[in-house]
Amino acid sequence: MNRIKGPFFTIIVVAILAAIAIPILPSYYVSLMAQVLIFAIFAMSLDLIVGVVGLPSLGHAAYFGTGAYVAGLISLRVSPNFWLNVVAAAIVSLIIAAIFGLLVMRTVGPTFLMITMALAQLLWGIVYKWREIANGEDGLPGVPRPNLGFAWDLVQIQSFTFFVVLCFLVCGLLLVIYVKSPFGSTLLGIRESESRMRALGYNVWLYKYIAYLSSAMVASFSGVLFVYYNNFINPNYLSMNFSAKAMLMVILGGAGTLVGPIFGSLVVVMLENVVSNFTQRWMTMIGLTYVIVVLFFPKGVLGTIRQRLEIRRAGAATAAAAAKAVAAAEKESSEVGREAAGS
Amino acid sequence: MKPLEVDKVVKRFGGLETLGGVCLSLEEGERRVMLGPNGAGKTTFFHTVSGVHTVTSGSIKLFGREVTGMAVHRRVKLGLGRTFQITNLFPELTVFEGLYLGVQAHERERAIFFWPAMRCKKLTRRLDQIIEQWGLGDIRETQIKHLSYGQQRQLEVILAMSANPKLLLLDEPTAGLSPAETSSMTKFLCGLGRDITIMMIEHDMDVAFQLADRITVLNFGKILTEGPPKEVQNDPRVMEIYLGELDALETGSAHD
Repeated sequence: MNRIKGPFFTIIVVAILAAIAIPILPSYYVSLMAQVLIFAIFAMSLDLIVGVVGLPSLGHAAYFGTGAYVAGLISLRVSPNFWLNVVAAAIVSLIIAAIFGLLVMRTVGPTFLMITMALAQLLWGIVYKWREIANGEDGLPGVPRPNLGFAWDLVQIQSFTFFVVLCFLVCGLLLVIYVKSPFGSTLLGIRESESRMRALGYNVWLYKYIAYLSSAMVASFSGVLFVYYNNFINPNYLSMNFSAKAMLMVILGGAGTLVGPIFGSLVVVMLENVVSNFTQRWMTMIGLTYVIVVLFFPKGVLGTIRQRLEIRRAGAATAAAAAKAVAAAEKESSEVGREAAGS
Repeated sequence: MKPLEVDKVVKRFGGLETLGGVCLSLEEGERRVMLGPNGAGKTTFFHTVSGVHTVTSGSIKLFGREVTGMAVHRRVKLGLGRTFQITNLFPELTVFEGLYLGVQAHERERAIFFWPAMRCKKLTRRLDQIIEQWGLGDIRETQIKHLSYGQQRQLEVILAMSANPKLLLLDEPTAGLSPAETSSMTKFLCGLGRDITIMMIEHDMDVAFQLADRITVLNFGKILTEGPPKEVQNDPRVMEIYLGELDALETGSAHD
């Protein structure tokens, strides 16, 4: 929790590189980049629950989908004003998360996984079947790009991607500070030992609940961005498959690293879009990637690299301490020798 | 004001009565050791006092306040601290990070989510003091899981202390320690100020008699006797259930 600079700079560097790449890359890749960054925000929000608090959620798509649907519906039927959409999406997903949270916070581990999945599927079922509310399985086509309220036209993919980069930067930095704050430190403590945190005087339930709500809000924001990006949303983005994909991004990058899921998002989106140009079997490729990561990077790519660095640093520190001890012992023995010679 | 008053506490798990009407009170600054054979209900007693278990009947008062149905963290707010029999720390965190959680536990800063924890100077300054006070400078950045078992046991106590408790419950602080580590832990516990009251479960007789002002002996969930160490040591019933075996062993070995 005391190393804030690493993730902070990683996010800034990724944002700068992305911003530089926008005018250079062909628009197909710019569009892919926007997708990577939107999913990265989503995956980071999931990492807050999975990696930081230590609760494996398989229903996070519920909040992504809610954000996307609320923004889509309001854009189509009321107004494409960005701020109105974002606030509405945040409020609706906050209400849903507040209700779901009461249920899921009673569980941990695999039970948490199952109940989050069940609740998300419930939401998926409602949207899928209820044609009047959101067009059922056909989804919402033709969602326009938003109106920011000032002169910044987001219709072009380049300018929209630039907007996504900005959103990614803000969300990423906020999440990093959140995790490194006293509040976030408490969440890490809860991941390590709930009973110990209770014995220190923390209201563990409340912390977890607030973390769950915060995570849901960020996820809904990424959903809002996605519906603008895609101009279309369907119930698939509420389903378990999508939750699992986000989980895959978190695991690939490294749970708890916060910036790892950015990498995970890059890998998954690239496999899905680029590899599928060459082979129909891109799902197999995702499976293979997953197996390779689990075999060679058990803590995710970034998590494992970080662990190796820590081990190396600890080794160097131990070596230095040992050298110091040896030097001290030598000095002592030479002093003893001198004393003996003196007497 | 008494730090702890326990009145006729009964705790049943189904048909098993683990605590059968325990009455006990502590004076301010007292060092109380709880003895008793395995299964006597010592840890259950600690769990009911700290709120992990709810009592079946009876009442518990902390610093004069009724806490019988209160949640764990709210009892802690009144000034209760505890350690665990089985080491319960934060394995992936460093010593510094772990102790930080103890330091911020009762501070208003714990609710901050928009500012890095390590920039909360008030907390880090106190943390530096604690680290210096207990001589943890060398292991400050070491992950807790990499510490030796003895260091971890000591960190258990320091972590509980870092939240500034007024009443400290220590559940076998020397469990599993080597003789050398036990004596350093005893010295460490003797060094704690008299402004905190300490109640501890201990199996090591040397440690118990060295630290205790009074000793409570628990057997089958009931208090067998209570008194100053000398008195308890010479109580024939205590010898029978606890030290008796030792005597038998000694006479046995004398015969050989």
